[in-house]
Amino acid sequence: MARVHFANVSKRYGDVAAVDDLSLEVADGELLVLLGPSGCGKTTALRMVAGLEEVTEGSLMIGDDLVNDVDPKDRDVAMVFQSYALYPHMSVAKNIEFPLRQRKIETAERKQRALEAATTLGLEDLMDRKPGQLSGGQRQRVALARAIVRDPRVFLMDEPLSNLDAKLRVQTRGDIVALQRRLGTTTLYVTHDQVEAMTMGHRIAVMQGGRLQQVAAPQDLYERPANTFVATFLGSPGMNLIPARRQGDELVTPSGSLVVPAELSGIAPGEVTLGARPESLSLGTEGLRATVSLVEMLGAETQVHCKLEGGTTLVVRQGHDQVRPDLGHSVLVSVDPSSLHAFDAATGDRIEGSQ
Amino acid sequence: MRTRATRRHKDWALAYALLLPGLVIFSIFTFWPFLQNFKLALYQNPPYPGLPSTFVGLSQVGDVLSSVTFHQSLISTLLFVVMVVPTGLLGGLVLALAAHKALKGMAIFQVIFSSTVVTSVAVAAVVFGTLMDPVVGLLPWLGLDPHPAILSNPTWALPAVAVIAIWQFLGLSFIIMTAGLQSLPEEVLEAARLDGARAPTMFFRVTIPLLSPTIFFGLVVGFIYAFQSFGQIDILIGSQNAEFTHTNVLLFYIYRALSVQNDPGLAAVLSIVLFAILLSVTLLQFRFLERRVHYAGN
Repeated sequence: MARVHFANVSKRYGDVAAVDDLSLEVADGELLVLLGPSGCGKTTALRMVAGLEEVTEGSLMIGDDLVNDVDPKDRDVAMVFQSYALYPHMSVAKNIEFPLRQRKIETAERKQRALEAATTLGLEDLMDRKPGQLSGGQRQRVALARAIVRDPRVFLMDEPLSNLDAKLRVQTRGDIVALQRRLGTTTLYVTHDQVEAMTMGHRIAVMQGGRLQQVAAPQDLYERPANTFVATFLGSPGMNLIPARRQGDELVTPSGSLVVPAELSGIAPGEVTLGARPESLSLGTEGLRATVSLVEMLGAETQVHCKLEGGTTLVVRQGHDQVRPDLGHSVLVSVDPSSLHAFDAATGDRIEGSQ
Repeated sequence: MRTRATRRHKDWALAYALLLPGLVIFSIFTFWPFLQNFKLALYQNPPYPGLPSTFVGLSQVGDVLSSVTFHQSLISTLLFVVMVVPTGLLGGLVLALAAHKALKGMAIFQVIFSSTVVTSVAVAAVVFGTLMDPVVGLLPWLGLDPHPAILSNPTWALPAVAVIAIWQFLGLSFIIMTAGLQSLPEEVLEAARLDGARAPTMFFRVTIPLLSPTIFFGLVVGFIYAFQSFGQIDILIGSQNAEFTHTNVLLFYIYRALSVQNDPGLAAVLSIVLFAILLSVTLLQFRFLERRVHYAGN
C-alpha cells in the first residue's frame, strides 16, 4: 500500500501539454477517480504512474520513492486496461500466474495465490480456458485477478468497464468497489463516466484540457463545483448556467430578474454567471420567462427544456406527477434561491460566498 | 411463389453473367492446362520430335518416381527449402524488429529492407553471380582463391543459389513480419512490462506467441516461394554446368524436361508431383501447425 503523489507533473508532446502542472495526492488506501472528457489528460496521468509515459516535468512519488525514472516492472503497480490486455495464448490460470512467474515465485505458492485471486473473482472453474473462450465480463475479471494476485502497492484502472454492457457494468462497478475496500489498495481509476466516478470514488479529480479542475468527495463536487466546467460536467443533465448582472438587490437576466438571495449577497455588482441544478428549478407562476423547446419523459421524471428570452436553454427536472407542459408553450421558470450558485462571468470560477 | 422463383432465377443468371469473364479466363489459362497436364502425364514421348506419343498409362509416373534423377532432385529441393525458409523468415524477423522503432529516418531502412522483393530474379542473379565470380568476385578480393569456383563446386553450388533466394525472400519476409509487429496489441505488451517481464520473456513468451499467426503465414508463403525458385539456378548454373545435378531442384527439372529434353510427359508427371507436394505441405501446415498458432481473442 502506498500513497501516490503528483508534484507539479507535466507531460508534453512537443508544444502540446497533455498534462499541465498536475499536483495531486492519492492517499494510502484511497480510490481516487480521474474524471474528464476524452483528451483531458486523465489517461496520460495514469500511464505516467504506470511508467508507460515519461514525466516531462515535476516529480511523481509512489510511497516514499521518486519514480520518475523507475522502470514499469520495478514500480510494483498493477494495471487493468480498457481492452483487458490478456495474453491470448495463455490459459486463465497462466494469465493470472504470469506476474508471479516474473517475480520467480515458486510453483506451489504461485498456483496457490493464483487460485485465491481467481476464487475471489469467481473464476476458479475457468482456469483452463483461453481468453478467446470467455465473455467480456469474464475477461474483465481475469484482468482484475491478474492485477490483485501480486498484491501491488497501487492499482491503476483505465476505463475497465467501457467494454461491458450496461447491466454488467453496474454489477462490476459494485464488485470493484467491494474488492478495493476489502483489499485497501490505493487505486487510481480513470473514467469519462460521471456515474461511475460518483458511485465509486472516495474522491474525484476532474480534469479538462490537461489541467486539474477540482478534487473533492463526490457529494462536495456536486454541491460545490469549483468552476462552470465542473458544474456542467457533473450531473445528468449538468448544471444550468444563466448569464446575469447584479444591479443593487437584483440579479437581472434578459428573461426577468431575481432577488439576490442572502447566500449570494457577497457577489459584486456587474456581470455574473448563475448556476442552478435542474432539480432546483421548477415551472411555476413566477420567475424567468421561457418557451418550452423539448420535453423528455424518462419515466420517474420529466426533463423540460426551456428556452429563455436571451437564448439560454435551461433544463427543469419535473417529478412524474407534476404538470407536463406542451411544446412551444410559454412558461415561467422559478429558481430556488437557496440552491443558486454564482461563478465569475469572465473566468468561470466559483465565487466564494455563493452557496 | 412464381414471381419469387423467377426472381431467384434472374439473380442466378446475373451472378453467372458476372462470373463468366473470370471463369472463361481461368478455364483457358489455368483449369484447362491443369487438366491437360494430367492427360500429358499418361503419354510417353518418343526420343525424337515429330513422332506420335504413345499412351502408357500410369507406368510413366512409376518410372519417374523411382528414377535416381527424381530422387536427387527431390533431395536438392528439400535441402534448398530447408536452407531458404527458416533463414529467410528469421532474417526478416530480425530486420523487422530492428526497423520497428519510432526513430527518425527509419522509413528509409524499411524501404531498403523491403526492396529485395521488387528486385528481379535476373538482376539479383547477375549481381550475386559477379560477387561469386572466381576472378572478379568477393572471395578473390578478400585474398581467397575459391577452387573450383563456388558455382561449379558440388558442395557449394546449392547453398550459393540458396543465398540469393534467401536474399530475395528477405524483402517479403520483412514486409510480412513488419505488418505483424505493427498489428500487435500494444496494451498486451504494456501489460507484460507492468507484470515484470524482462526482455527475453517479453520476446519469447509474449511477442512471438502474439506474432505466431504472422510467422505461420510467412512459413506457408516461404515454402511455396522456395519450392518454386528457378530463375537463380537457370541463370547461374544452367544446364551446361556439369554440377547442375546438385542444383537440379524440382522446378528446374521440370523446365529442363520440357525445354532441353523435349519430354512433355516427364514434365507433366513432375509438375503433378510438385503440385501434390505443395498441396500436402500446405495442408499439413494448416493441420498441425495452426493448432499452435494463437489468434488474439476478439
